[in-house]
Amino acid sequence: MIPSREQALGMLRAMVRVRRLEERCAEDYAAAKIRGFLHLYIGQEAIAAGVLPALGAADSVVATYREHGHALLRGLPARAIMAEMYGRSGGCSRGRGGSMHLFSREHRFFGGHGIVGAGLPVAIGLALADKLLGTRGVTCVFFGEGASAEGEFHESLNLASLWRLPVLFVCENNLYAMGTALARSEAEPEIHKKAAVHRIGSEVVDGMDVAAVTEAASQAIDRVRETGAPWFLECLAYRFRAHSMFDPELYRDRSEVETWRTRDPITQLVSRMAGAIMPEDIAAIEAEAAAEIADACAFADASPLEPVEDLLLDVRAP
Amino acid sequence: MKLTYRDAVRDALREALRADPRVILVGVDIGAYGGTYAATRGLLAELGPERVRDAPLAESAFVGAGVGAALGGLKPIVEIMTVNFSLLALDQIVNGAATLRHMSGGQLEVPLVIRMATGAGRQLAAQHSHSFENWFAHVPGLRVVAPATVADARGMLATALRERDPVVIFEHVQLYGIEDDIEPAPVDLDRAAVRRVGTDATIVTYGGSLPRALAAADLLAAAGTSAEVIDLRTLRPLDTETVLASVARTHRAVIVDEGWRTGSLAGEVAAIIGERAFWSLDAPVGRVCSAEVPMPYAKHLELAALPSAEAIVAAVTAVLHA
Repeated sequence: MIPSREQALGMLRAMVRVRRLEERCAEDYAAAKIRGFLHLYIGQEAIAAGVLPALGAADSVVATYREHGHALLRGLPARAIMAEMYGRSGGCSRGRGGSMHLFSREHRFFGGHGIVGAGLPVAIGLALADKLLGTRGVTCVFFGEGASAEGEFHESLNLASLWRLPVLFVCENNLYAMGTALARSEAEPEIHKKAAVHRIGSEVVDGMDVAAVTEAASQAIDRVRETGAPWFLECLAYRFRAHSMFDPELYRDRSEVETWRTRDPITQLVSRMAGAIMPEDIAAIEAEAAAEIADACAFADASPLEPVEDLLLDVRAP
Repeated sequence: MKLTYRDAVRDALREALRADPRVILVGVDIGAYGGTYAATRGLLAELGPERVRDAPLAESAFVGAGVGAALGGLKPIVEIMTVNFSLLALDQIVNGAATLRHMSGGQLEVPLVIRMATGAGRQLAAQHSHSFENWFAHVPGLRVVAPATVADARGMLATALRERDPVVIFEHVQLYGIEDDIEPAPVDLDRAAVRRVGTDATIVTYGGSLPRALAAADLLAAAGTSAEVIDLRTLRPLDTETVLASVARTHRAVIVDEGWRTGSLAGEVAAIIGERAFWSLDAPVGRVCSAEVPMPYAKHLELAALPSAEAIVAAVTAVLHA
């Protein structure tokens, strides 16, 4: 698909917002304003930018611990995301979750899950609720290829198919489960084939190509909504940065990373759409993103810490 | 109304399903099979496969689906066949259901009820007989209850379904057959119950150990000792006030717990008594727990591993003469 100028600008804006937000997160991590684990999405932005805009407000999203981009593109304000990173009361999870646990009930963004594979069963349940309540909602669950080694992956695909539930499985295959290369962890490295054994239809898409992801995701979401049955989208992608801020990247060559960087989803889109996307468009998008992030960080800086007296809040309902 | 514990569980489930269309049952063999302990027999025919939902052997996925369904607006009741199998779903319960409210800054609610059978006494050996109630009672974010009577089996579910957070219900396998004459009534999940009033010593217990504790109290009464028996009912949060008030009167306490002694709920209750009632004690707190061995199959060995009325009598006698 060749996007229109307006579509291309929307895709570019989405990816740039995520990229710049995360670059700022890396800086703030170095400055010790953000602590704990921080898993950057840089390189994979085309997936979130292709899938999330295709969902409706009544749909549900479940993501992993590498979810800053998904949260932002689902509509969580950058302010709430950055304040959460800083551990402040203005954070979307009021400083209780951090980088790995962004949530927004309002946006039906159900996390932010730190256990690999654990979001999949939750997505099954959300879809079951939609089915029984007759909402026509679709649940979109993101996970990495590493999750496909977990039992919960197979259990969840089986349930989704057996119970015919409206779930879109989005596998972000970035070739490494932390430091374990796909070929070293999977006897069947073509992840979508695992969907087939559960009788779930699938498509493999270039996850570095935002237009391709957009097209595949839109069709997949329509299909899930129409049929009420699950679908599996495998997006082939690459993470440019380390797994987390503690990762010395001993498991892959710099040259491999550099090769993949030539397929950067942002520069790819810009070069492919040269003539439609103008330098002044890029400058405007960059300026908007910079302003959004500056505002978010200022908000987060000014946001008070949760009072220690409130430590035990929200363990159970009052 | 004369009911067995099993009937009481089934009546409570049926009532919940009839009362609220958002209530669904999920579990292995709860439908066509009728429930491993027959607690759900007949419900599939009455309420249909959408709401009485047989699940494949995928504990983590169907418990996690319960979490998601609760987030999505349903009120799921998930049955896990036994507590031993719940270990396959521990991630969804402990890392998921129990944490989501807090981890989301109070945005998410998981009104999920998880029922499971627990305990020994049926010669099912070391993978179907254990008591891990304390594992769950350790976890902030969960409420853990153990109905030990027919009335509680009938009344606790409705109260649990009114909670906006996860509740784990433990049904001891030895209790399904007990019978009582009860009137269905809601049960207060915040209070322990004094099942027998006494003056000389307090026996604190829960779940499947209650009948043994009451039998021990009968034996003690015949020998002239008046034992008070407290049924904790809710294992998290513990009703410490009822326990402490009793110990303040009797000055002696024995805790009976089918879990292993090391790291047990009995240890937690003993610690609370030690911290808050030390000066009213006339003797060290006693404990009667299961022997620290994977549950053996042979009947005589299984019985030897479990708390018995005789062992409880001996422990109470020991604290009386300390």
